[in-house]
Amino acid sequence: MATVVVVTSGKGGVGKTTSSASFATGLALRGHKTAVVDFDVGLRNLDLIMGCERRVVYDFINVIQGEATLRQALIKDKHTENLFVLPASQTRDKDALTEEGVGRVLDELKQEFDYIVCDSPAGIEKGALMALYYADAALVVTNPEVSSVRDSDRILGILQAKSKRAETGAEPVREHLLITRYSPRRVEIGEMLSVEDVQEILRVPLIGVIPESEMVLQASNSGDPVIHANGHDVAEAYRDVVSRFLGEERPMRFLDPDKKGFFKRLFGG
Amino acid sequence: MSLIHSLIDYLRGSKPKSASVARERLQVILAHEGGRGAPEYLPQLRQDLIAVLCKYVPVDPEQVKMHVGRHDGYDLLELDIVLPERAGNGH
Repeated sequence: MATVVVVTSGKGGVGKTTSSASFATGLALRGHKTAVVDFDVGLRNLDLIMGCERRVVYDFINVIQGEATLRQALIKDKHTENLFVLPASQTRDKDALTEEGVGRVLDELKQEFDYIVCDSPAGIEKGALMALYYADAALVVTNPEVSSVRDSDRILGILQAKSKRAETGAEPVREHLLITRYSPRRVEIGEMLSVEDVQEILRVPLIGVIPESEMVLQASNSGDPVIHANGHDVAEAYRDVVSRFLGEERPMRFLDPDKKGFFKRLFGG
Repeated sequence: MSLIHSLIDYLRGSKPKSASVARERLQVILAHEGGRGAPEYLPQLRQDLIAVLCKYVPVDPEQVKMHVGRHDGYDLLELDIVLPERAGNGH
C-alpha cells in the first residue's frame, strides 16, 4: 500500500522544499519507488531544487484538468533510479487544486509508487490544505525560532482537524517533527531554542535534526538534492531521517558543537 | 546549562539568555491560543470574557490566563484572572 507523506510547516523559508527533495531522494536511494509532488501552484520551485527545471513540459494542474496524462507530466530523475518529480504549474491559480482532482491524481500515483511526497507551500491557504488533506504521514519542518514553532503548532492543529484522516475518523496522520537549520553552537551559548525546547513545546515525535549548513545553498545552486553531498553532516542527517522513517533505529547526531573550538570559546570569549 | 556557563554568565553579569526568553514567550502564546486539541472557540471566548470583565473592572488582558487541559479524566477549563489593585482605601 502506497504512503502519502506531506512535508509542511506553515511558515515559509524553513526548508520544506529542501527537505522534500532530500527525503524523496533518500527513499528512492533505499529502493522505494517515489514521486515528489510540488503543491506550490504559481511559485514552482521543487523543479529547481531537483535540477529538472528545463525538462518541465506538463504539470500537476495539466494532469488534474485532463490536458496531459500522469505519465507525460512525471519527470524521471537524472541520477536516482525510482525517483520521479511532478512539478507545479507556474501560471495557473491555486484554485485549480480541487479536492476531487488532487485525490484522483494521488490515487493514480498510488497505483505505481511506494511513497508520494507532497511538498506543501507555505501558509494555511488552499495549496497547503490540499497538500496535507490526503496525507498518511507528515514531516513538520520547524526551525528553532519562535515564529516557526508557533506556525508548526498551528499546522499540527490543522492536520488533526482538517485532514481526510481526521474528517473520516480514520487512524490519525502520523506526525514527525523535523528540526532544520539547527546550530548546536548557538544552542550551547543560549542563543537558540534547543531540540528539547522545541520538542517540549510541540510534543511531536522527533524524526531528525538537520544542522545549519552552507551545503544547502551549494546544493540548490547546482540543482542536486543536498542528500547527495556525501560525507557532509547535512546529507548524513537526511539519510538518518529516511532510515528512521523506514522504522530503523538511528541515534540522533550533530547535536553537539564541534569540540575543536571548545577551549577557545571558554577562555577566549 | 552547565555550572561553568552559569558561572561565566554571572561573572559577566549577562542578561537571561534569549533562548529561554523565546521558550517562555512561546509557552505563553501557545497556551493563550489554545494550542492543539483545544476547542476552536477558545480565543474568542477569551476575548469575550475580557470584554465582560472590563465592564465591571479594568483588567489587564495580559493578566487573564486561560488553559484547557485534562484532569482525572475530565476536560478542565482553568481561568486565572488577576484583578487590578483597588485604588483608594488600601485593599
